[in-house]
Amino acid sequence: MELHKLNITQAHQGLLKKEFSSLELTKAFLNRIEKIDKKISAFLTVTEDLALSQAKKIDDLISIGKNIPVLAGIPLAVKDIILVEGIKTTCASKILENYIAPYDATCVKKLKKLGAVILGKTNMDEFAMGASTENSAFFPTKNPNDLTRVPGGSSGGSAAAVAGDLCCYALGSDTGGSIRQPASFCGVVGLKPTYGAVSRYGLVAFASSLDQIGPITKTTEDAKVVFEAIAGKDPKDSTSVESSKLQTTNYKLQTIKVGVPKEYFVKGMDSEVEIVIRKAIKKIEDLGAKIEEISLPHTKYVIPVYYLISTSEASANLARYDGIKYGLSEAGEVKSLLDVYLQSKEKGFGDEVKRRIMLGTYALSAGYYDAYYLRAQKIRTLIIEDFNTAFKKVDVILTPTAPTPAFKIGEKSSDSLSMYLCDIFTASVNLVGLPAISVPAGFAGKLPVGLQIIGKPFEENKILEISQIYAKK
Amino acid sequence: MIKKEEVQHIANLARLGLTEDEIKKFQKDLSSILDYFNSIKEVDISKTEPTFHPTEHSLREDKAKPQPVETANKLIEAAPENKKRHIKVKAIL
Repeated sequence: MELHKLNITQAHQGLLKKEFSSLELTKAFLNRIEKIDKKISAFLTVTEDLALSQAKKIDDLISIGKNIPVLAGIPLAVKDIILVEGIKTTCASKILENYIAPYDATCVKKLKKLGAVILGKTNMDEFAMGASTENSAFFPTKNPNDLTRVPGGSSGGSAAAVAGDLCCYALGSDTGGSIRQPASFCGVVGLKPTYGAVSRYGLVAFASSLDQIGPITKTTEDAKVVFEAIAGKDPKDSTSVESSKLQTTNYKLQTIKVGVPKEYFVKGMDSEVEIVIRKAIKKIEDLGAKIEEISLPHTKYVIPVYYLISTSEASANLARYDGIKYGLSEAGEVKSLLDVYLQSKEKGFGDEVKRRIMLGTYALSAGYYDAYYLRAQKIRTLIIEDFNTAFKKVDVILTPTAPTPAFKIGEKSSDSLSMYLCDIFTASVNLVGLPAISVPAGFAGKLPVGLQIIGKPFEENKILEISQIYAKK
Repeated sequence: MIKKEEVQHIANLARLGLTEDEIKKFQKDLSSILDYFNSIKEVDISKTEPTFHPTEHSLREDKAKPQPVETANKLIEAAPENKKRHIKVKAIL
């Protein structure tokens, strides 16, 4: 049996039937990481000792006949922006190169309680700023489907690790598409939960009104299992919400109305991607759902609004890397306190992070606040109203996850604006705070293409169920 | 095009050190990005309120919660310069 190919449900069954132990399962992944990750470069840190000790604990429970939760003994990878106590959390930045997490993120704590096995921390664009994982300060990650191409980003390491069978599942974070777009590029499932569904405690902040943690998995069933394990109110994140608010559904596709926004099928989209997505929509129609064209009139402003808001929030959040409290410090090299700040940031931050701090600081600065930041927040209201109007007519919205399949390494890395446009179909979901999933829909040549299903707030179960029906048929 | 002095001013506000080359590069980059973003100026927002946050959220009580001493120690040890459970900074006077 090839243990690394199993999904969560299969691995759990295997553990229950004692076909293999958690230690064997964990070693299968560790061996595979050792052999294959030289080529893919998905991991920044491999936590072998932690993984083996966690696996052994679960094997002990199984051997004395204890009942174990579904995620017990199952190995996962964690994006290196989420804290795991005692392990380095670098955010793929030089400024946090040697930072050891002093506590667990709430989602990690919950998974540990369920007996999860942590294999390591995955590569990403520095501070989650990027759409290709090329902005990592350490090395780029390659797409397992084609090693000359990017895995997407910013959760590119997590998506590549799942697609390359280097872990059973992974955690990512999504501020403007960072779970869904790499899931689409790598041919796996990525769920961005409703804002507030999963606690952000222990997630290094990029843009606090947009960030959410979510699962990247091999199947939609797995995404549901992981999502339910990490969701819920957390006193340490005042924006988190009780799980009881999550709607449980038992929908039949025949009763579902599906909206397809006309503004999302315009020039700029790869023609092969469009063919795959049109086919996927047809399939959902054939399965019984009613398809309706809808309009989201403010779509053309999503990219400017998203980048003005996210960089403004980032410029405030990243002010904390001052060389005083933690992380890289140039204090030994300079004389004044101001120079400690200036030099630590100059040496510690990469190019794209600096660009976004500059853009956000500009948008918030005296004289430009009204014209950029405040105006963007007002147009955000109009974007929210677009979705509210659409959701009066339809239950879910279908779009492509990304306008293109995975592009070549280096293709867009010198042009930040063309990289920003990768978020064109995903960023509105974060501005509104909605749940959305990317599921594999087909291929453009040999490259995977993802279908995005967007739901109403806290209707994760509905988009998960529709994904399951879609994936099965 | 944004003036060089303006780029330097923004960098100062952000307490971000930039090399001469970076200042030149950001002059160009920020100008072209903001040009693209100028489309937002055509939207009528005269009757629209801003949304700063996607959800309503309640604030917790403003009360310190005691933490184990090990946690506090770990936080202090994370500081690049620390001495006797204090974080050290350069003299400011």
